[in-house]
Amino acid sequence: MRAVTTSILRLDGVTRTVELPDGAALDILRGVDLEVSVGDHVSIVGRSGSGKTTLLNLLGLLDKPTSGSIYFDGVSTDSLSSRSRDRTRGRHVGFIFQQFNLLAGRTALENVVTPLLYASGKQFWRREKLALEMLDRVGLGHRARSMPETLSGGEQQRVAIARALVRGPRLILADEPTGALDIETGATVMALLDDVAEQSGAALITITHDINVAALARRHYRLDRGVLSALAELGGAALGAAPGIASVVSPPAALLPSSAPKELAR
Amino acid sequence: MSVWSSLVGSVVEAAQELRIHRTRVLLSLIGVAVAVCAISSVVGLGAIAEQAMREQNEKNGGRAATLYASAYSSDGAVLDMVDVSAAFDAAATRYSIDYTSRNAYAQQSVQYADGTSVVDTTLVDIDYGTMHRVDVTEGSWFTDLDTRRLAPALVINSTVYQRLGSPDLSTHPTLQLNADTDVVGVIVGVTHRAYEEGYESMYILADAYTAVASPEALSQVSPNYELWVPEDASAELVPLLQRDIASALGEGVQVDVNRQDYGAYGEQDFFGPIRLLVGGVAALVLLLGALGLVNISLVTVRQRVREIGIRRSFGATAGRVFFAVMMESVVATLVAGVFGVAAAVAIVQNPTVQGWIGQGGITDTPAFPLDAAVLGLLAATAVGALAGLLPALVAVRVRVIDAIRF
Ligand SMILES: Nc1ncnc2c1ncn2[C@@H]1O[C@H](COP(=O)(O)OP(=O)(O)OP(=O)(O)O)[C@@H](O)[C@H]1O
Ligand SMILES: [Mg+2]
Repeated sequence: MRAVTTSILRLDGVTRTVELPDGAALDILRGVDLEVSVGDHVSIVGRSGSGKTTLLNLLGLLDKPTSGSIYFDGVSTDSLSSRSRDRTRGRHVGFIFQQFNLLAGRTALENVVTPLLYASGKQFWRREKLALEMLDRVGLGHRARSMPETLSGGEQQRVAIARALVRGPRLILADEPTGALDIETGATVMALLDDVAEQSGAALITITHDINVAALARRHYRLDRGVLSALAELGGAALGAAPGIASVVSPPAALLPSSAPKELAR
Repeated sequence: MSVWSSLVGSVVEAAQELRIHRTRVLLSLIGVAVAVCAISSVVGLGAIAEQAMREQNEKNGGRAATLYASAYSSDGAVLDMVDVSAAFDAAATRYSIDYTSRNAYAQQSVQYADGTSVVDTTLVDIDYGTMHRVDVTEGSWFTDLDTRRLAPALVINSTVYQRLGSPDLSTHPTLQLNADTDVVGVIVGVTHRAYEEGYESMYILADAYTAVASPEALSQVSPNYELWVPEDASAELVPLLQRDIASALGEGVQVDVNRQDYGAYGEQDFFGPIRLLVGGVAALVLLLGALGLVNISLVTVRQRVREIGIRRSFGATAGRVFFAVMMESVVATLVAGVFGVAAAVAIVQNPTVQGWIGQGGITDTPAFPLDAAVLGLLAATAVGALAGLLPALVAVRVRVIDAIRF
């Protein structure tokens, strides 16, 4: 585990409760504490429905906690206006989604340019150049003018990585970034993400079902029915998968948690 | 974030959006373009119709501002045309009025090959041609050379010309002015006006007429005088001219100076009702175009909920999303507006259309009026903003976490 240096993000007793249509309350997250620092790489594993995406939305300031506090750069985000939350998110957070979420009909370059449209100054005026450089870094400089539909899944996720990183965020949030990729491609993409994140000095939080993906992180957490707990060691048990899968490095196929085939099939 | 970069950024987004939905957008924009074209055309054609009307009025009453001076003796005695003209000229010179002309009427009998006829004759000076925008279709209006002719020069209308058998003017055809004078006039020019069909009229230089007319004929002519003066000076000049001419002509002579051009009666907007009608129809078309646009934008916004969520997750503020969606609509209608205005210019500047609206009577065709273009573009922008408002409100209400949930 890394020593905590500069805290970027801190969650303090965060809960998230939603009201169901029948009026009942559903506690998705219960008392989550988490601290993420510059250069951190954290993995969060958990079963489907355990609240991972809900947590990530909170981390990325897309949602507000029901109780508890989220500090960004040591400043509580409770009192921030929605406008400054949007600004903070744009400036400091980069998202990578399972379904890539590239903008259809826009070229790879235009997709990577998108976050820079909300920037100002040099970042805004030199957006094409910056985006091209970023595409080069993910090895897709030659596909800058291609539409996402014409790219393979792995290439699309690489474009998404370039887009998440182009504004130089300090926090990268990846929600099952390899979920829609085959194992090998997933591994390549993940290695790239880890590499690029490390170079930029950004903290990376990865949500995943894939033990191999989680293994790239330096700190590991498990989310179980809304409760976040640190894992000393990463193993199959982390996912609550069938017992017997315990080692960190095993043949990938054997490592797939029981829910993984379903995820892949989607 | 600076205002400038968010503005440019929004335009970039809007342009991308339009590129992607171009077919649909194009269809709804045709309505807007047509309406803008109609609005701009109405205003543009209105300007032409007004010009035609103005020129017509100028032909009758002179250009703005034309003052009309007349003199008559209180006791009914015949005034000497030469004296009166001298008094008029002196006054015009005093106030540096460049364009002046006598304007008097006489009945002149003429001898054609097939009989005689009485022709309405206007006694004028050379400036009259400019002051009344006289259109000479054959030959030319009077020039200085004509004042030195022995035989009086004539500018006849097309009816007289046809009765003469439409001779070639370069052969210096003549017209026998008999009964009163027994003099032959030389035809130097022919005017044509549709409404003068079958009615005989001609112009003769006043001095030439005084030289050849019998004293009896001259006594029938009341000497009137026209002065073309700057419009803003006309009110001031009227009493001055009246005073000066009256004092020059002495006791017993009554002098009247009035403004007689159309401007004196206030401008009449003959085109107004048509403009209202076409303008109303255009507004309706514009409204329908806007409705189509609202519809399409609403559909596209619903389809774009996910995209809006993605943009929000990369830092687009709600205000920015609102502005971008709004911008799409405005950029689109503005482009449609530009096409509409371009089409309007093509229509209004088309010679056939101009001939039709101007009834063939326009000498100074007005340029496409700037306010017609501006009005068209403003209407387009307003429609865009209006049509963009609803989808923009929908876009702002998109819940980001629901939009990107998968
Ligand atoms: N707005 C909401 N209204 C009602 N229920 C919600 C809402 N948001 C989340 N939930 C529920 O909360 C639980 C956790 O959802 P979440 O999307 O965070 O799970 P997850 O861990 O990301 O699952 P997966 O691995 O399948 O993506 C789910 O049962 C979900 O149905
Ligand atoms: Mg999820």
